[in-house]
Amino acid sequence: MLLMLSLDATQLQLMNLPILTRSSFLVMLAVAILAPKSLLAQENYFVTYSHELEEPGNLELELKNVTGAPKGGNPFVASALEFEYGVKTWWTTELYLDGQTTVSESTVFTGFRLENRVRPLLREHWINPILYFEFEDINGADKALLEVVGHDSRADFLTRNDRAEKKREAELKLILSSNFKGWNVSENIIAEKNLAGPPWEFGYALGASRALALAVSAKPCKFCRENFALGGELYGGLGERYSFGLADTSHYLGPVLTWNIPRGPSVRVSPNFGLNHNSNGFLFRFMVSYEIDQFLSKLRKQQ
Amino acid sequence: MTGRGVLITLFLFTLAVFVFAAAGEGEWLQKVPQKDRARLNPLANDPDAPAAGAKIFAEHCAQCHGEDAQGKNDGKHVRPNLHADRVKKATPGELFWLLTNGSLKNGMPSWSRLPEPHRWQLITYLKSLP
Repeated sequence: MLLMLSLDATQLQLMNLPILTRSSFLVMLAVAILAPKSLLAQENYFVTYSHELEEPGNLELELKNVTGAPKGGNPFVASALEFEYGVKTWWTTELYLDGQTTVSESTVFTGFRLENRVRPLLREHWINPILYFEFEDINGADKALLEVVGHDSRADFLTRNDRAEKKREAELKLILSSNFKGWNVSENIIAEKNLAGPPWEFGYALGASRALALAVSAKPCKFCRENFALGGELYGGLGERYSFGLADTSHYLGPVLTWNIPRGPSVRVSPNFGLNHNSNGFLFRFMVSYEIDQFLSKLRKQQ
Repeated sequence: MTGRGVLITLFLFTLAVFVFAAAGEGEWLQKVPQKDRARLNPLANDPDAPAAGAKIFAEHCAQCHGEDAQGKNDGKHVRPNLHADRVKKATPGELFWLLTNGSLKNGMPSWSRLPEPHRWQLITYLKSLP
């Protein structure tokens, strides 16, 4: 919230934070209090996926936010509340609930996404593939920007909340990821299809990150370098089936800083910069995540 | 491709992946390549490594193997006792291989995301268990 204050306190109207955002924070706060033995989350990106999957039985709650002030439009804060569950060591399933607030317009729930990630090769390789399938039922007012595909552009941020059409889409990703000398390097190739008929759209996301210290210190500490990871990601659209390429696409680049608080939540921030005239000039991403270990076992014990 | 075609393709793709993954791998110890088996722990004599490894264990491993590393059995899943002879007898290289690759079919995740020094510190801690 302090970050948002420093960004644009007058325009973002902080007292009118999205209902989804406020309730999500309350849910996460409650979980943080009720689950003192939670574990830290490890992914280090906002858009890019690595080959890291959720540990089986663990539930991760994640609130991803993006805020921006598009030229010619109203400032907005969009949120995606994610429930990520490790079904198997090689299979993670997720539910996203998306919403957004646009200043001078409204706060709206924009839809949901169901996603599965599967690891087909059961050992570690130089490059580790993950297969990703998603079904999304969202409307045109969605601004969570969890990926950029096709000819997505800054004009999409100008869609008024009261004129947002509904979209049902299937999305496939090929996630390639490597861990090497403390670095993670990940590449995602994205294909998305609106089930109502328009052609396949394509996109990409690339990320690299590294913990600031490779060895753990012997003493307990919250601010040790080993608890921080620094990286960067680049993502954008690649056109569609009949107009594949970089023409009329948008692209973003930004550093990502993650703080994994030991036995607590993870906090991540990333300023994103648009790389061409189709992109929004600046977006600011911030998120908090919390992992509950062996969620179903705990539920069963309480029953 | 129609919407229904896309959904059918997705379903068949998912099914194929699950069948493939279920084929799985066997007992991990037999799978460790000789060169990995022979690797030495560069942090075996680091006086801070057991304490650092204990922190890593508490953060990532205790949820399944128990705070005291004695293992867990909830009737559905059996999580191995890390004080057991097979862990004591395993070479540092074998344990490093297991941490890196996991034993995904048996519920042990890959910890390749932890930098190598983390994994060696963890092994030093495991080797220090009574």
